Amino acid sequence: MNLPTFRKVPSGTQPEYLHPPYKSSLKRAPTRPLIALPATFSERTGPVFGHAAVQAGDSDLTALHEAPPAGERIVVTGRVLDEDTRPVRGALVELWQANAAGRYKHKNDQHNAPLDPHFDGYGRAITDQQGRYKFLTIKPGAYPWTNHHNAWRPAHIHFSLFGAGLLSRLVTQMYFPGDPLLDHDPIYNCVGDENAKRRLISSFDWESTTPEFALGYRFDIVLRGREVTPMEK
Amino acid sequence: MAGTPLASQTVGPFFSIGLHPFLRRDLFGGNASSEHVTVRGRVLDGDRQPVPDAVLEIWQPGEVNARATGPDGYPVGFGRVATNDHGEFEFSLNKPVQSESDGVTHAPHVAVLIFMRGLLRHLVTRMYFPDEAANALDPVLQLVPEDRRITLIAKSAEEPGAVVWDIHLQSDHETVFFDF
Repeated sequence: MNLPTFRKVPSGTQPEYLHPPYKSSLKRAPTRPLIALPATFSERTGPVFGHAAVQAGDSDLTALHEAPPAGERIVVTGRVLDEDTRPVRGALVELWQANAAGRYKHKNDQHNAPLDPHFDGYGRAITDQQGRYKFLTIKPGAYPWTNHHNAWRPAHIHFSLFGAGLLSRLVTQMYFPGDPLLDHDPIYNCVGDENAKRRLISSFDWESTTPEFALGYRFDIVLRGREVTPMEK
Repeated sequence: MAGTPLASQTVGPFFSIGLHPFLRRDLFGGNASSEHVTVRGRVLDGDRQPVPDAVLEIWQPGEVNARATGPDGYPVGFGRVATNDHGEFEFSLNKPVQSESDGVTHAPHVAVLIFMRGLLRHLVTRMYFPDEAANALDPVLQLVPEDRRITLIAKSAEEPGAVVWDIHLQSDHETVFFDF
């Protein structure tokens, strides 16, 4: 038996499951040894959403109601690439976020900030032939949470992506440049490698900044690729 | 290094905002076979308390051979379910069959990804079916220490056509999770 495996991710570039500064990980992170998973047919394949899954308008979070949402309108663009920097085409990108006041439209969000009747806070897109995606939204606000005394999450947008195979699957968060809360956030700081951490921060982008309309932020995303290597014995 | 995969971050407590449009309990894309199975279970944390804010994604690649996506663009063989306030989940699928690939026999199984607040990176596991002779041959099950294999094999439910599979995040019964 000699099953192939996926290329390993470089050390320190993904979070460990147990990260004590993030309290919720204490009772939810696995405690027993993980078993190395070969790349069988079940892992080399993965769900691929068809274009019918996304309608025109699904990537514009500002146009779902009679009036636009409150807040600073922004364009978020980027490319989805694999480890060999090939574009990931036709990839589903799902996104969700708090409103400009830092409040999610969710029954469990008890933060005492106003809900915005004109903002639902989610969208989706499918990448084009160059692996590009584009969303129009508003900049989310920072908000408090109960992880530790005076804990605040930096402004962020949640991203969910499907790539070439099941193990390309990624859920992550996009942050904004220059946010003073980043240094104090246990979730952002769960990644040991400094460069890997910084890649979670979008960059201000003149190219997608639209005159008289919206600032642009760029967030490129690398997913694990298809490459397999023979299993080490 | 441009080619390093981007770091994972937790799905957080409010994932349903973004992930609810593509929740789906049935993996068979409207074509239920006579061997269709309902899987029920609970997700439990290190205090054996139910996890009310987990989302599971289930992948059954064999279904793709027939049809990649339904008319709504949703991939056949894929499901996404969230736990309820009691930590319970449920999904249905056409029972996978034993398969051959890479020169080995694989027992019927589904791949499962688990996301929740508290998990900075999702968990990867598998569910196998009870009373399958091929379980003894499956190359992935054989990588698992024998005393822990039981955590990956669902149990027959009282009613026909159903199995029960609980996911223990921690403890002596901790489900086997894979390094990927």
